[in-house]
Amino acid sequence: MNAKTLYDKLWDEHLVDDEGGTSLIYIDRHLVHEVTSPQAFEGLHLSNRKPWRPASMLAVPDHNVPTTVDSAEVDDPVSRLQIQTLDQNCTHFGVMEFGMSDPRQGIVHVIGPEQGATLPGMTVVCGDSHTSTHGAFGALAFGIGTSEVEHVMATQCLIAQKSRNMRIRIEGDVRPGVSAKDVVLAIIGEIGTAGGTGYAIEFAGSVIRSLSMEGRMTVCNMTIEAGARAGMIAVDQVTIDYFRGRPFAPAGEMWDRAVDRWTELHSDEEARFDREVMIDGSTIHPQVTWGTSPEMVVSINDCIPDPGDESDPVKQEGMRNALSYMGLESGTAMQDVFLDHVFIGSCTNSRIEDLREAARIARGRKVADSIKQALVVPGSGLVKRQAESEGLHQIFIDAGFQWRNPGCSMCLAMNADRLQPGERCASTSNRNFEGRQGQGGRTHLVSPAMAAAAAIAGHFTDPESV
Amino acid sequence: MEKFIEMEGIVMPLDRANVDTDAIIPKQFLKSIKRSGFGPNLFDEWRYLDHGEPGMDNASRPLNNAFVLNQERYQGAQILLARDNFGCGSSREHAPWALLDYGFRCIVAPSFADIFFNNCFKNGILPVVLNNKVIDDLFVRVENEPGFSMKLNLPDQKVVLPDGTVLDFEVDAFRKDAMLQGLDDIGMTMQKADKIRQFELDRSKAAPWVFQYEGM
Ligand code: SF4
Repeated sequence: MNAKTLYDKLWDEHLVDDEGGTSLIYIDRHLVHEVTSPQAFEGLHLSNRKPWRPASMLAVPDHNVPTTVDSAEVDDPVSRLQIQTLDQNCTHFGVMEFGMSDPRQGIVHVIGPEQGATLPGMTVVCGDSHTSTHGAFGALAFGIGTSEVEHVMATQCLIAQKSRNMRIRIEGDVRPGVSAKDVVLAIIGEIGTAGGTGYAIEFAGSVIRSLSMEGRMTVCNMTIEAGARAGMIAVDQVTIDYFRGRPFAPAGEMWDRAVDRWTELHSDEEARFDREVMIDGSTIHPQVTWGTSPEMVVSINDCIPDPGDESDPVKQEGMRNALSYMGLESGTAMQDVFLDHVFIGSCTNSRIEDLREAARIARGRKVADSIKQALVVPGSGLVKRQAESEGLHQIFIDAGFQWRNPGCSMCLAMNADRLQPGERCASTSNRNFEGRQGQGGRTHLVSPAMAAAAAIAGHFTDPESV
Repeated sequence: MEKFIEMEGIVMPLDRANVDTDAIIPKQFLKSIKRSGFGPNLFDEWRYLDHGEPGMDNASRPLNNAFVLNQERYQGAQILLARDNFGCGSSREHAPWALLDYGFRCIVAPSFADIFFNNCFKNGILPVVLNNKVIDDLFVRVENEPGFSMKLNLPDQKVVLPDGTVLDFEVDAFRKDAMLQGLDDIGMTMQKADKIRQFELDRSKAAPWVFQYEGM
């Protein structure tokens, strides 16, 4: 038998039909949110179609929701209509939804795994590019467009082309204080934002194996920022332990059967990859982005690079644009960059371990006076509840952070949480594009520990030094 | 979906790498529950000097005349010439909807982000990949030759320049066929419904936990 990569196995197991390079693959789980679904539901209505398997779907409003109030009230009428449209569509088509007032409501990529609605070996899609997050569990998970959302709703399948296989191994020991976020930013810095285009990436090596499930999700979350639609990690005991007792996970005899199958979800020893990248984990320091693309990243101890040192003219121009947009000068030490805002949240870093990490730094300290606002936005209602039971919220509040309700919030600023032009933010999210956190806003991507440290210091600093 | 067979149009250059979907259509416009009407907000943050919000009268907003889209010579452009990794970032299909609504039918670049690339085909926009050297040259020519236009021929997979130069491009056979015929993907897949049902039955035996949530 041919040796297979993890991706090959997942692909083959879901292949319904294969005709000349374009395949039909079966979708096990379809996650839905309010922004990319209305036009797909409308398409079903217009063509008089029904969802093929409504029970494969789980819906939640997250992108637009306000984080300030405890009720289901949304002030912005346009956002409200979109959220109501999701409610109505879910009721009409019989789709399970965690609505605004459900304690399980939260960011779609946080709640899927939290509920066990995402499981190893599944194909998982969502009209959202950070669906790659779910690959952390040995699942084949990727973001799709709205036409594809409609296609999956109607047929339970997706027309897809197989990607090539890439493996990124991070071996060795990371330094203390280096988190999963730093690892994935370092990977993107290494291969570039288009480095993974056309590939499915498997993350492997001792550094990945030593990460918790939450850390692995952080890594897979940002696969799309390296250009690959899907990122994944082999199943091991850490994966299996994560799902025991989750509401949608199997139990009893079915659990044992599932575990037997899940343990096969790894690349065969002899499997061949089209591209292999090796990174020495011990070289990774805490990371900070300086520009408007996640690949524009340096270590906290470094200075902002000089476009003059870049030989590719298109890249050089990109660096110049980025520096001007970010209001920064090359040669400035990253630690000398001062901030206006701090945002701890998003599907990259809003789970309980992220909040514990940030709270560890914030405990007994105060947010610098120069910081206008420091937000902590838990990834889900259940994460929020857990954090409160551990007293983390009090640590944040005492330090001067605002403790909010779950949602995407300032990750993309579709709700009221946003930067004003020129404001600078240390953010635990995944995109530092122009205007991402509000028009003219300047975003620096960092880990939760670094975000907390930056809030305390008022500028970037090594989290282990505060 | 509208058929795409061949077209000829003015080329507008957008000389930036990594143009992301947030730049193509900023998030505040994603609150719409419709597929149309995004054209006036295409590249909103680059195109206007003020901050755009849904519901504004775009015709009375101050234009950024330095941005290519507002330059007289590129009015009516139907082909966008772009740089590496065009369409990266969010999966929002609002990006191709906005491009199409504005009037673009074809985008030519050295590389595209995967999800965006896919979304283009679903909406009758042809994304054409040409190598970096050719793209560099096209940027120079578009700049120097006002009214520079190109012909796109999908059946023959050719781009024809005003001086008669012909450039070949690759396109996946399945996608090409769907575009040529303006086919609806769902309708095509539905023809395989029996196969899907059989697959589902087999899978529900092999991995019943995937289906146990049925009826929860
Ligand atoms: S948290 Fe940010 S990246 Fe994640 S789904 Fe929400 S908007 Fe997208």
